[in-house]
Amino acid sequence: MVKRLLQKGYIGLVVVFLYAPILVLAVLSFNASKSRAKWGGFTLKWYREMLENEKILNALGTTLLLAFTSALLATVLGTLAAVAMNRMKRLPRAVMMSITNIPLLNSEIVTGISLMLLYFAVSFSLGFSSVLLALTAAHMPYVILSVLPKLKQTSRSTYEAALDLGAPPVAAFFRIVLPDIFPGVLSGFMLAFTLALDDFVITHFTKNARVNTLSTVIYAETRRGIEPEIYALSTVMFTVVLVLLIVVNRSKAKAAKKAAEKQR
Amino acid sequence: MKKCFWIGVLLGFVFLCAGCKKEYANGEVVVFNWGEYIDEDVIKMFEEEYDIEVVYDEFTENEDMYPLINIGEVNYDVVCPSDYMVSRMIQEGLLAELNYDNIPNIKNIDPEYLKSAEEFDPGNRYAVPYCWGTVGILYNKTMVDEEITSWSAIFDEKYSQNILMIDSVRDGMGIALKYLGYSMNTDNESELEEAKQLLIRQRPLVQGYFVDEVRNKMIGEEAAIGVIYSGEAIYTQRENADLVYVVPEEGSNVWIDGWVIPKNAKNKENAEKWINFMCREDIALMNFEEITYSTPNKAARELIEDEDIKNSKVAFPDAETLQRCEAFRYLESGVEELYMEKWNEMKAMQN
Amino acid sequence: MSKPKGSLAAHNRRVRYLLSTPYVLWSIGFIVLPLFMILYYGMTSRDGGGFTFENLKLIWSPTNRSTLILSIQLSVISTALCLLIAYPLALALRALRLKSNGFVILLFMLPMWMNFLLRTIAWQNILEKNGIINTVLSAVGLPKLNIINTPTAIVLGMVYDFLPFMIIPIYNVLSKIDDNVIQAASDLGANYFQILFRVILPLSKPGVISGLTMVFVPSLTTFVISDILGGGKVLLIGKVIEQKFKMTNDWNAGCGLSLVLMVFIFICMAVVQKYDKDAEGTGVW
Repeated sequence: MVKRLLQKGYIGLVVVFLYAPILVLAVLSFNASKSRAKWGGFTLKWYREMLENEKILNALGTTLLLAFTSALLATVLGTLAAVAMNRMKRLPRAVMMSITNIPLLNSEIVTGISLMLLYFAVSFSLGFSSVLLALTAAHMPYVILSVLPKLKQTSRSTYEAALDLGAPPVAAFFRIVLPDIFPGVLSGFMLAFTLALDDFVITHFTKNARVNTLSTVIYAETRRGIEPEIYALSTVMFTVVLVLLIVVNRSKAKAAKKAAEKQR
Repeated sequence: MKKCFWIGVLLGFVFLCAGCKKEYANGEVVVFNWGEYIDEDVIKMFEEEYDIEVVYDEFTENEDMYPLINIGEVNYDVVCPSDYMVSRMIQEGLLAELNYDNIPNIKNIDPEYLKSAEEFDPGNRYAVPYCWGTVGILYNKTMVDEEITSWSAIFDEKYSQNILMIDSVRDGMGIALKYLGYSMNTDNESELEEAKQLLIRQRPLVQGYFVDEVRNKMIGEEAAIGVIYSGEAIYTQRENADLVYVVPEEGSNVWIDGWVIPKNAKNKENAEKWINFMCREDIALMNFEEITYSTPNKAARELIEDEDIKNSKVAFPDAETLQRCEAFRYLESGVEELYMEKWNEMKAMQN
Repeated sequence: MSKPKGSLAAHNRRVRYLLSTPYVLWSIGFIVLPLFMILYYGMTSRDGGGFTFENLKLIWSPTNRSTLILSIQLSVISTALCLLIAYPLALALRALRLKSNGFVILLFMLPMWMNFLLRTIAWQNILEKNGIINTVLSAVGLPKLNIINTPTAIVLGMVYDFLPFMIIPIYNVLSKIDDNVIQAASDLGANYFQILFRVILPLSKPGVISGLTMVFVPSLTTFVISDILGGGKVLLIGKVIEQKFKMTNDWNAGCGLSLVLMVFIFICMAVVQKYDKDAEGTGVW
């Protein structure tokens, strides 16, 4: 019993460690003083001003658009790549696997710089699409690695049976294979999305002046003091996601309960 | 369906925020300015009055900004470097000459400042002064027991861990040189080495090296003494009345930041419209009140309502103070790199 | 869409080529070529572009050497701390016996939805001289902690930012260990520590290895955390590289340093992965 309590206490401690700074930021978003070093009383004005701050809203739009599109691209390409890799012969597969692992092992700074140099060499001008491609390239391996294990679990024979019965390969893939590996695809997508949302280093090296994500805006402001509107915006984003997760979990739990009752 | 739900939510998120783009009739102007160095309403006013889209980007140090202009990867239309950087860019042929027919508001700029700007821009052909100021010491009078008048305070052991040093090559090296009695523009290697040694001895006393964070930390009473640009003094004093700004008796740096147009600018006329707009008295006043950096705009200064600020010695230092001060000059490229090298050697020490 | 023609083997071969070609091309374009660019810049001189080793030798200049050594020290410490925190945590989480591990993953990934720069900045407020920790400490009459702008603050920032990348892979592996295996060990008379060190630890090696990689690499190369929590007093190798690109505009030197760093990381990982029998890569998540 004591052991159980200790375990739960420890989990709680780590969770507090991870969430404490978020709480600090949420508190700062209500601080009337513009300086983070001083508590100037409670206010909601930053939430109002956030909606009028074009710089921040644009950065938010760019961030979400980049994260979503790059995650989508990475998921589609990564799933196809995983399927391809699953069918490869031993040697080419080992080679491709090591190449796939490079961006995972490589630091973000090297990935960012190397892509910037490539763009420069082929005179591809930096901008939205250069960041998009860079993020896709950097996060695709994560998708591949989360899809591959699922592919290994699915049996080839169902797919082949479908082909024998005359199903076109594409349809067979969508009907038979995809549903099986879908959890892996989805978690790959979520991972790519989250990583892209939080990325700073790769964007820093592959963007130009016109493209600003939340990270780059914040970085530019770190030396100066962050505009409180950014605290407000992040608090809103975080709360929205939190509420969504709770709602989804609740409805899932309810559905599970109902299903259980029905069975009885 | 869980997946449809998720994708729907994400799509909604994305389009909600990406959907709002406006069209502008007169093209765009790409501005590259220091961080938080403008009243953001001014940007909106410009967009509305001229129907020109402003693409606005920020930098933290001259040395950050320079490579971007030099590579020419991004075409900025109007940039706001400091004096010595302007003269470097002129020498390297990176700037376009201004057409003053498009900048009639130049009449608002005090001829005094145009004259001092000639030091780095002979004939005022390339730059229009935007803000100016000094580098000095900001201290908290409740945390020190003396009146600070000399740079010696930031090298004094009794303030160990209570000093915030400036994190900028020319300013940092310049202060050490000035304290040692040398010129801030010296190209004598042994003087630079002496300055480096002084900074290395100072290092353990310093709480940290910052540029703009100094103001937050001074407001929050994280340290007793900080090196800061004069423009921050008024803002910090508003937030914490115990703070005092001084230009040390050994002298310091006086600087002017000016608007310039890079040679590869794509919208030169719009850039000139922007500069002209910045020189308009009401706009200059708005900017001054937001960022509290001294304005060279005579007409705007007349409009300042608060008499204390209008006659503030911090915002508008007297001739005697300015006499002690020295402007940075651009040094030959070898020397400029020597400054950087010495500074970085000091920064890489581990003590 | 037509029915598959010919034998299944022929079909499979066709599909294989059709699917593999784009990925192979993509990998060459976005992984291999960019690395060659670093190699090219790193091995040529800034003026003229002749072949040179000078950029690589830069790593051994006195300042860069001490910067590199400090970076290695700090990243090793923070990786070790992450492991020490994450492993018991993953064990405790496993003991909860949740039906799906989705909840745990969400719990530890959710903070990432708050921008990591902001979360790191929040640590300034917590650690500063008049920050939250010190206010609490002085309220209960304890001496103040002086952490901010020291290497300790940076280690803390690294542990904070990268801890989830250690927790999740380890938990993923631990949660999949069959209870029967442990039951069997205990039936055979093994005590708790024997089970832990002889059964659980070896089985969780793949997760530990991906965790180590995912913490060590970013903490070795970060320049953001030291910017925010180091107060400019702690210079790390990532910052030196970043400055070469963003300040001094010396791409060749920057690439030379990156190249050395990259090779160093690959060697470290190769050594670590030698202990990992499952060379397929166990999936980071």
